Amino acid sequence: MEIQEFIKLLETEFEEEYPDGVTPETKFRELEDWSSMQALIVTALIEVEFEVTMTATDLSKLETIRDLHEMVMSRI
Amino acid sequence: MSEFSINNVCVLGVAAAVPKQVVYNNDYHLLSENEKRLLIKTTGVEEKRAAPKGITTSDLCFESAIELLNQHGREREEIGIIIFVSQSGDYYLPATSIILQDRLGLPKTCMAFDVGLGCSGYVYGLSIISAMMSASKINKGLLLVGDVSTATCSFEDKSTFPLFGDAGTATLLEYKEDSSAMHFNLQNDGSGYDKIIIKDGGLRNLVSKESLIKKTEAKGITRSPLNVSLSGMDIFNFSVTEVPKTIREFCAFSKKDIQEYDYLLLHQANKLMNETIRKKLKVSKDKVPYSIQKFGNTSSASIPLTIVTELREVCSTSQVSMLLSGFGVGLSWGVCNLDLNKIICPELIEV
Repeated sequence: MEIQEFIKLLETEFEEEYPDGVTPETKFRELEDWSSMQALIVTALIEVEFEVTMTATDLSKLETIRDLHEMVMSRI
Repeated sequence: MSEFSINNVCVLGVAAAVPKQVVYNNDYHLLSENEKRLLIKTTGVEEKRAAPKGITTSDLCFESAIELLNQHGREREEIGIIIFVSQSGDYYLPATSIILQDRLGLPKTCMAFDVGLGCSGYVYGLSIISAMMSASKINKGLLLVGDVSTATCSFEDKSTFPLFGDAGTATLLEYKEDSSAMHFNLQNDGSGYDKIIIKDGGLRNLVSKESLIKKTEAKGITRSPLNVSLSGMDIFNFSVTEVPKTIREFCAFSKKDIQEYDYLLLHQANKLMNETIRKKLKVSKDKVPYSIQKFGNTSSASIPLTIVTELREVCSTSQVSMLLSGFGVGLSWGVCNLDLNKIICPELIEV
């Protein structure tokens, strides 16, 4: 899956929280009010869409949406 | 592989009791408005019930059992086994089930013992009581399952307090030849023992003065070693991986496709987690009922509580086939099937 499509998926989950959307370079932990609950939503989305399991340690190693996309794609 | 089948035992009735006192997550002071909205969106918990001091799990189970026995209307002498599955017993010792044997007016010949499991407890409990009844042809048995979890949650811990609610349930079983077989798949992984844990109070860490000291572990997470702690993300990963896998194994063993069941009843752990499991198993929404929005995560009580609050009508008037899965603290998880045929199912009891 291309990164733009991946971003669209994320944006549908976070329409209310982040109405302005995100870019490949967005540092997700720096988003307003980012918490373990957002992390859980992203993890759930990735689990259902790609059958890829992201652990808390995995997420802590990543900075941007591009990093996240790369890690998910490398595990499919 | 812990897969097996039990014959000649069926469920006659299920009852559930909750405390009257409602706690609303929208009133929870540790969360901003945005966090509250997000919490309800992810966990699904809008409100839950909290037992006031003095009301125990066994009190809630007692009320459920009394109602069930009264509606059943038969002699209590027929009950040959009572099992209490809980992680919140009345005393360190003796076992709570023994106290309940007397309180419920059951005969001394009724064997009684406790099982210390949480989220997986209903499935494990069904396997233990059914196996013993099947082997010994005990006529009737009572499985009492539940927890008062709010007593051990820190009010200042936003990772546990908004999630858990209290409930106690009772399930009446009967030895009946020609009952449809119950199949089980029971598993556990002790390497995750500390993912949901109350650290002090057992023999590993006896209660000390330090046990009472609350520490702030992170923003909004202040608790003592006598409070429950929960590693949400690890539990999430464990559940969404192991539960679908075990359900698939179970379906292969019992030779029945998941789509053939009327309902998939999941332990009410967390809405997002359960929805992830449901989507991975490709089961439609209408087959997976939820009670978590009104009662929170009620530990081992969550499956029978959901039967009472969401499926009471259909279970008391028709034949229903269900696939159950409990998963969590231990780590421990299990899957079984349950066929209910016009069971006794009293309205939810409020204590």
